[in-house]
Amino acid sequence: MKKLLFACALFCILITLGIVLVLLSEAVLFFEEVPLLDFITGTIWAPMFEPKSFGVLPLVCGTFLITCGAAIIGLPSGLGVGLFLNDFAPNWLRSIIKPVLEILAGIPTVVYGYFALTVVTPLLQRMSPSVEVFNAASAAMVVGVMVLPMVASLCDDAIRAVPRSIKEAGYALGATKCEVALQVTVPSALSGIVASFILAISRAFGETMAVTLAAGSTPKLTLNPFESVQTLTAYIAQVSTGDTPQGSLEYKSIFAVGMLLLVVTLFFNMLAYYLVKRFRTVTE
Amino acid sequence: MVTGNTNMSGNGQRSFDPSPPYALEARDVNVSYGTSRAVLDVNLKIPEHTIVALIGPSGCGKSTLLRSFNRMNDFVRGAKVTGEILFRDSNIYDKAADPVLLRRQIGMVFQKPNPFPTSIRKNITWGPKINGYQGDYAALVETSLRRAALWDEVSGKLDESGLALSGGQQQRLCIARAIAMDPDVILMDEPCSALDPSSTLKIENLLLELKERFTIVIVTHNMQQARRVSDYTAFMYQGELVEFGPTDGVFETPQQELTRDYVSGRFG
Amino acid sequence: MASMDDMPKSMSKSVTLKTGTANLGDSHIEHKAISRAIWRPRPKRRWLAGRIFFLLTLLSTLIGLISLIFLLESILGQGWDRVSWEFVSSFPSRIASRAGIKAALVGSLYLTGLVALIAIPLGVGAAVYLEEFAADTRLRRMIDVNIANLAGVPSIVYGMLGLMVFVRICAFGHSLLAGACTMSLLILPVIIVTAREALKTVPMGVRLAALGLGATRWQAVRAHVLPTAMPGILTGVILSLSRAVGETAPLLMIGALSYMAFVPESPMDDFTVLPIQIFNWSARPQDEFRVAAAAGIIVLLGVLLTVNACAIFARMRFQRKMQW
Repeated sequence: MKKLLFACALFCILITLGIVLVLLSEAVLFFEEVPLLDFITGTIWAPMFEPKSFGVLPLVCGTFLITCGAAIIGLPSGLGVGLFLNDFAPNWLRSIIKPVLEILAGIPTVVYGYFALTVVTPLLQRMSPSVEVFNAASAAMVVGVMVLPMVASLCDDAIRAVPRSIKEAGYALGATKCEVALQVTVPSALSGIVASFILAISRAFGETMAVTLAAGSTPKLTLNPFESVQTLTAYIAQVSTGDTPQGSLEYKSIFAVGMLLLVVTLFFNMLAYYLVKRFRTVTE
Repeated sequence: MVTGNTNMSGNGQRSFDPSPPYALEARDVNVSYGTSRAVLDVNLKIPEHTIVALIGPSGCGKSTLLRSFNRMNDFVRGAKVTGEILFRDSNIYDKAADPVLLRRQIGMVFQKPNPFPTSIRKNITWGPKINGYQGDYAALVETSLRRAALWDEVSGKLDESGLALSGGQQQRLCIARAIAMDPDVILMDEPCSALDPSSTLKIENLLLELKERFTIVIVTHNMQQARRVSDYTAFMYQGELVEFGPTDGVFETPQQELTRDYVSGRFG
Repeated sequence: MASMDDMPKSMSKSVTLKTGTANLGDSHIEHKAISRAIWRPRPKRRWLAGRIFFLLTLLSTLIGLISLIFLLESILGQGWDRVSWEFVSSFPSRIASRAGIKAALVGSLYLTGLVALIAIPLGVGAAVYLEEFAADTRLRRMIDVNIANLAGVPSIVYGMLGLMVFVRICAFGHSLLAGACTMSLLILPVIIVTAREALKTVPMGVRLAALGLGATRWQAVRAHVLPTAMPGILTGVILSLSRAVGETAPLLMIGALSYMAFVPESPMDDFTVLPIQIFNWSARPQDEFRVAAAAGIIVLLGVLLTVNACAIFARMRFQRKMQW
């Protein structure tokens, strides 16, 4: 029995190996045809047109645009919710906010995509007619709301873990609630808070459905959030829904893009993992 | 130092009035948590520049009473305080009273050393900074640490973490932190219970020096400690103030049987 | 060297407790050393900062609440009239007003069932091993880090894994089985993490008591630890299953169909699921299809709500049993 259970645990490592092997095997084929340097530094992404060009920077730029926008919206407000839950919300309010956050976290991403496309974008267009039908801003906004519950609940945990005695020391010195929260609690919970931020960024980075629906499919080097862009994930989704023959350069390119996606999110996740671990040893 | 009038009432109960001026005065103070009442009708006058010890078995309400002196009970959900506590001639539970300003004037040292997880220097300067201290911070740090008898041990490592100090040093850092605010009163909640005997001794000696400048109210479960350091002792039992008087009197000629049993170690 | 008298004494005493009462503390000045240092507590400014801080955190909280209300309101507003028995029981159509979600709904339910069959034993098994049997070795720490990482891998990458391994190498084709396997891998880390948390809450005494009676480690786990941890495990499992119900990207990768005029009957059949259908309709420019998408979302949220209600119900039942 123990061996069987062990096999289950080992299976997780197999998944990781599988992911790496699958991506690597196709990506290697891709890089035989397109030099790695051209891929990383190229500024034109045109896999469908002749001459084909596989410079990934436009995709990275689109992803960056949306991740930044989502971070601007989701991170501060997530932290704000965590602080509100700990410092101001009485128990009854807390017991309303927590489930609402859980519901928000449980809404499928495709629903957020629909919401961005049919509600947020028309709203933006009403404010400024120059906003395109597909635009980075609406996608970034909904992704921000999407990561908010995760940031909020992780920040809430981190803030709650700060020993009461330290906060009391702050109050006993004649500090206001705000001063204690910002100058005592937040610094003490910092690594937990930063970890939640990193996880949220990583999630926004790898988010697919909302950006595919709302941000469009025009790989473009732009920082204008009201234009249509394409993200790394949206490109993968676009190719996989089209009829790209297996073995074509285009088909192989999604594995190269996937590899990039994996490396970046892996980096973020490792960072968050060690931050959380450090945070645990500090508070215990 | 120890002065006051003892009034014998008809039923043999001794009420003691120390001489004014008073740093704090509790009038009919009741504290309850939800339905359980932790402090019952306590009347207590705490004279300036003395050390007053609150003793009694655990759960007798002495810590709760202490925490009501700087309104730390405000942070306990369901805690309710009635009665009056006078500080500088006004009731600290008055609607117009500002608990933040109050706590700035009544410092507190907690049971477990709780330095902020930052440098020794910042531990001391943080309170004065948020309260708008305009003077020389380096001098403030040195003076406070000297008064807390910690300067010689930490003067070379002010920028190291306060958490790297030993338990006794951490507690003296917490005292220095309270002193830096230049409060009128310092409340101490069993400040030595987590410390070894030699650290305890250091802190006791420190208290005797500090009372020249501050009024100190100390909660302790250690009767010897109360005897060694305090000028007045209040004995509490099940939320009530059983006896209050000069320390020698309370320990040597207690008026109440309950007090006699407690100080002689028969319970508690 | 600073002397004792450097301590500021004078101005601090003019800080009064009651606003509007001047220098109540004057009498205290005489017997305390006087210094020129000044305290400027600025209570009004700090009070204002506190209000602003409160309002900002309140605003953050409202962002979440309002988004949820706004989202639900707009979706219900657009799609509610379209939800009907006909909508649930017809197949998709090129004509938007006749399109239904029968195939997608059945596909979603099928898929979830298969995922449960595959992922629950694997996930709970791994959790039990890691919590109850594994020594703190390098291998275990490696698995720990590994699971934390897997939980953060973008879902579309799992889709690529599924596409290569299940669709191509195992030759399942674009079938329900391939979809279920892929989805199982995706939610496995979530199940393991939550199941481990649940196992951690079981008091050590439960294990020791069983072991003390001569049970083997496995007997102790099976008879005592697992039942005690069951409510927690169940909640985690159902939460992760509801994630599988709503997830789209990996299925898009492995080629779930977007137009299907029949109901899948075996795991080897082609399939589609609700989120894919919604995605497909949302991506079309015609308003009628968007209305259908909104109606599809309502059905999807209804399914999710039901699943979660089951979780709560099951947890309550288990907990009551424990008390008896």
